[in-house]
Amino acid sequence: MKPAPFEYHAPQTIADVTSLLAEHGDEAKVLAGGQSLVPMLALRLTRFEHIIDLNGVDELKGVSRANGTLSIRAGTRQATVEHDAAAGAAVPLLAQAIPLIGHFQIRNRGTVGGSIAHADPASELPAVALALDAELEIAAKSGTRRVPASEFFLGTWTTSVGEDEILAAVHFPVWEGSSGFAVEELARRSGDFALAGVVAGVQVDGSGVVTKSAISFLGMAPTPVRAPSAEAALTGTNPSGDDLAEIARLAVGDTDPTADVHASAEYRLHVGAHLVARALDRALGAARS
Amino acid sequence: MTEHSISITVNGEKRTGHVEARKTLADWLREDCGLTGTHLGCEHGVCGACTVTIDGDAVRSCLVFAVQADGAEVVTIEGIGGSDGTLSPVQEAFRQCHGLQCGFCTPGFVVSVTSFLEQNPHPSEEEIREGLSGNLCRCTGYQNIVKAVQMASEEMAQGT
Repeated sequence: MKPAPFEYHAPQTIADVTSLLAEHGDEAKVLAGGQSLVPMLALRLTRFEHIIDLNGVDELKGVSRANGTLSIRAGTRQATVEHDAAAGAAVPLLAQAIPLIGHFQIRNRGTVGGSIAHADPASELPAVALALDAELEIAAKSGTRRVPASEFFLGTWTTSVGEDEILAAVHFPVWEGSSGFAVEELARRSGDFALAGVVAGVQVDGSGVVTKSAISFLGMAPTPVRAPSAEAALTGTNPSGDDLAEIARLAVGDTDPTADVHASAEYRLHVGAHLVARALDRALGAARS
Repeated sequence: MTEHSISITVNGEKRTGHVEARKTLADWLREDCGLTGTHLGCEHGVCGACTVTIDGDAVRSCLVFAVQADGAEVVTIEGIGGSDGTLSPVQEAFRQCHGLQCGFCTPGFVVSVTSFLEQNPHPSEEEIREGLSGNLCRCTGYQNIVKAVQMASEEMAQGT
């Protein structure tokens, strides 16, 4: 057996989860889909005295839509959302981003909330949440609170979820009107974490002028990051090819990529700009069609 | 450490046991059930050799603790073919197409492909390659595995 020993808890309700967290503090870790945590336990990169399994908590499962918002309970499997045509129609970025997460066997187990709460800067769903200004519903023994995505991601693998709290749901705004979306990323092999990636959404009026835009990056900084200067440059214009290249250059100016064994920072900037141009071209095409 | 009583239906047969929480489903299948067809390559979710289905979904059994599968239905490579030893269409296609050499990764591929074709019975070659991306093979170069999936898909379509 590779992981260090731990006490296993299988609560049935959010109240039981938060009570256990209140009791055990930083000696406890919640286990969602386990597709990141279990490898880290197996490699003994981390160990916990208490593992609190969320898989039996029915309150953490389900997808619903109301008042212009698609709400996904945190423990909903990625594959469930991937195969939910209504969810994909409401928030097309989910339909585009989820197939890029790992492999289908990983998505059968991995959860939407688990990926966002794990907050790996190279993963897709945190960048989607940030691009769409999603709200993160966080539960503690004392009650729930909502945090905007712009205040949720604090650093690599670090979020505003406290020791005694869990991510309970993610609320994605549904874009109305003529909107288009695209996710573009570069990974060394299918299913690998992306070296760089971009998530884009645009809304256009009847003449093709951009009325709203959102661009966020994955793998280009210690957290997912927005590209506010590029979004500002895009909105109010009717851009074409050369404009997109300029907007892409602006966009990567808001990133802070690092070098690792797979790619230099310079390479990530170069690739990132191309991915922005490609994603915007595709998103604009979808919005105008 | 506390042991947990578990009861899991494996290949249609109910099996019970007592496990430490940290024991993975893969280790429980191999060590406690003697079902050594489920192979362990990387033991951290990369290689796919340990793929089984839990309640119909293909998952990596090294990333699930046995205690988490309590009450579930698990199918391993031993449950894919007929009880009389006849090969499943996917197994037969791997054999026909030379979709294996050393065979170490094959149980994971066969379980994954069986599940993949249930979800998508008529995949394009691109979809097949995407579907195979979660399993690593170090011998074949994958070409004959792709052919095996195509053959299995055609065979299964004719059979229905």
